[in-house]
Amino acid sequence: MITIENLHVRFGKVHAVRGISFTVPAGSSFGIVGESGSGKSTVLRALSGLNDDWTGAMRIKGTALAPGRGKDFFRRVQMVFQDPYGSLHPRQTVDRALSEPLVVHGMDDHEARILRALSEVALPASVRFRYPHQLSGGQRQRVAVARALMAEPEVLLLDEPTSALDVSVQAEVLNLLADLQERRGLTYVLVSHNLAVVAHLCPVVGVMQGGEMVEIVSRDDLRAGRTVHPHTTELRRLSTELEEA
Amino acid sequence: MRVEIENLTIAFPTATGISHAVRGVSLDLGNEKLGIVGESGSGKSLTARSILKLLPRSAQITADKLSFDGIDVLTASESAMRAIRGKRAGLILQDPKYSLNPVMTAGDQIAESWRMHRKGSAREAREATMDLLAQVKINDPARVFGAYPHELSGGMGQRVMIAMMLAPDPELLIADEPTSALDATVQAEILRLMEDLVARRGMSLILISHDLPLVSHFCDRVAVMYAGRIVEQLGAGELAQAHHPYTRGLLDCMPALSQPKSRLPVMTRDPAWLL
Ligand SMILES: Nc1ncnc2c1ncn2[C@@H]1O[C@H](COP(=O)(O)OP(=O)(O)OP(=O)(O)O)[C@@H](O)[C@H]1O
Ligand SMILES: Nc1ncnc2c1ncn2[C@@H]1O[C@H](COP(=O)(O)OP(=O)(O)OP(=O)(O)O)[C@@H](O)[C@H]1O
Ligand SMILES: [Mg+2]
Ligand SMILES: [Mg+2]
Repeated sequence: MITIENLHVRFGKVHAVRGISFTVPAGSSFGIVGESGSGKSTVLRALSGLNDDWTGAMRIKGTALAPGRGKDFFRRVQMVFQDPYGSLHPRQTVDRALSEPLVVHGMDDHEARILRALSEVALPASVRFRYPHQLSGGQRQRVAVARALMAEPEVLLLDEPTSALDVSVQAEVLNLLADLQERRGLTYVLVSHNLAVVAHLCPVVGVMQGGEMVEIVSRDDLRAGRTVHPHTTELRRLSTELEEA
Repeated sequence: MRVEIENLTIAFPTATGISHAVRGVSLDLGNEKLGIVGESGSGKSLTARSILKLLPRSAQITADKLSFDGIDVLTASESAMRAIRGKRAGLILQDPKYSLNPVMTAGDQIAESWRMHRKGSAREAREATMDLLAQVKINDPARVFGAYPHELSGGMGQRVMIAMMLAPDPELLIADEPTSALDATVQAEILRLMEDLVARRGMSLILISHDLPLVSHFCDRVAVMYAGRIVEQLGAGELAQAHHPYTRGLLDCMPALSQPKSRLPVMTRDPAWLL
C-alpha cells in the first residue's frame, strides 16, 4: 500500500531525513518512534504532500507520488498534526473545521456526520460552536483527529495523536482507530513517543535517530526485548522501567 | 515561597449559559513537586494559569484565597503580576510552538528572558543561552539558537520553551505537559534537570501530565482532577492505592509494553462523579 524508498529531505544545510525506506501493507499500521528531532514529522509531511522538497521514491497504492498532488489525493491521505493548535484555524469554529472537508469533497449529510464524528472522539456536542482557544489541549487534539476522519480517507498519518489526552480518552481514540481499521481497511502511519501506544496499534515499528531509520522491529520483538540497535534498547529500557516502578 | 489556593472557581459565559470550568479547587504548595493529573478538559491548565493571572479575558474567577508568596493574585495590579511572571514564576505551556514568538529566533527569545532578569551583557546572554540549550539536550545548540520556531521539531520547541522559563532561575515552575513531545531519553534528562533545581535551589514545581507512571515516579504528591474539581490527593507513590473510581479506572486504560491487550478497557463515567 505505502512504499518509501531511500527518502531524503533537506532544509537548506540541514539534512533532516537521510535515506529511509519502509513499506506498510494495506489495512495495516506502521509505527515510528525515536529521538526528538530525528525526522519523524518530516517523513510524515513529505508523505502527506505538504513538503515537495524530497528525493527518493514514494508510492501509495502503486501510484508514484510526485509534487503537486490533486484534490483526490488529499481526500485519500489525511494527516493529524503534532501541534493541534497550529493545524486548526483560530477563527474557525469546530463546526466549520469539521464541515469544511465535507464541502471541499462534495459529501452530503453534514449534520449527522459532524455529530457522529464528535461522539466518536468522545467530545460533547457543546464544543461544536467553540473556537480552538476555547478548548483544552486534549479537546483540540480530538477535533484534529475528527477532522482528519471527515473525508473518509484510506490512509491516515498520525503525529502524536494522543499525547495531549488523558489515558481514558487515549484508550477511546486508540480503540476508535482500531475499529475504523477493521471496518474500512484504513492504513496508518503512527508517530509517537509512547512505545506502549505504538506497540498497541502497530505490528511493525521503525526507530529513527539522526535522520536515519536505525532499526525496523516487530512489536513482538520489541515487547520481548529482542532489539538490535542501542537507541531502540535504551528507549525500551526507559519505557519498561517506568511501567514497573 | 508558597502558593495557596482556596475554593477557586473559574466560569465562562457561553451562548447556552454559564459554563463552570473549575469548581472549588483548593491547593497548597511549598518547596515540592506537585503533580496534577486528570481528565482532558477538567481544568488543570486553567487552575495553573490562574496563579499567574493568565486567564482568557472572558473568564470569571473567584476564590477565597489565591496567593503567590503572600501576594494576593486576585487584587494584584497588572504591573505587580508582570514582575512575577517569567521571573519569579515560569509557565511552560502545553502548546510550545504556539507560545513561542514566530518571528524571533529561539536563541534571541531565551537570551531576552535571561537578560530581563540577570541584566548581563549581550555576550553573556548568548553564552548563557548556549549553555541552557545544551542543558535541555539540544544536540546542535548553535543551529537551534538561530532557528525560528517553525524550523524546529515539536520536541525542540518544547525544550526551547523550557530553557526560556529556566533562564531567570524562577522560584516556581509550572510545567504543563512539558515532556509530552520528548522521547524517553530526553525526557529523563529534562526531569533530572528539574529535580536538580528543586533539590538544590529550592524551586517549587507543578507538573501537569497525563503520564501516570511518570508522575508517580517523579513527583512528591499528586492531585487528581475530574470535571473542575480535585477528586483526590495522594502521595505520588500511592497512586496504585487510589480510591476514586476515576483514578482507578485510569490505571486500567493504559496500554503497557510488557502486557499486550487486544482491546483497551474504556471507562464508564458515573454521573455521580460530577457532583
Ligand atoms: N522548516 C524547516 N526548516 C529547517 N529545519 C527544519 C524544518 N523543519 C524541520 N527541520 C529540522 O529537521 C529535523 C527533523 O525535524 P522533525 O520535526 O522531523 O523531527 P521529529 O522527529 O518529528 O522530532 P520531535 O519528536 O521532536 O517532534 C530537526 O532538526 C528540525 O530542526
Ligand atoms: N476561553 C474559554 N471559553 C470557554 N471555555 C473554555 C475556555 N478555555 C477553556 N475552556 C474550557 O474549560 C475547561 C477546562 O480547560 P483546561 O484547559 O483547564 O483543561 P485541562 O484539564 O488542561 O485539559 P487538557 O488535559 O485537555 O489540556 C475545558 O472544558 C475547556 O473547554
Ligand atoms: Mg515531530
Ligand atoms: Mg491543559
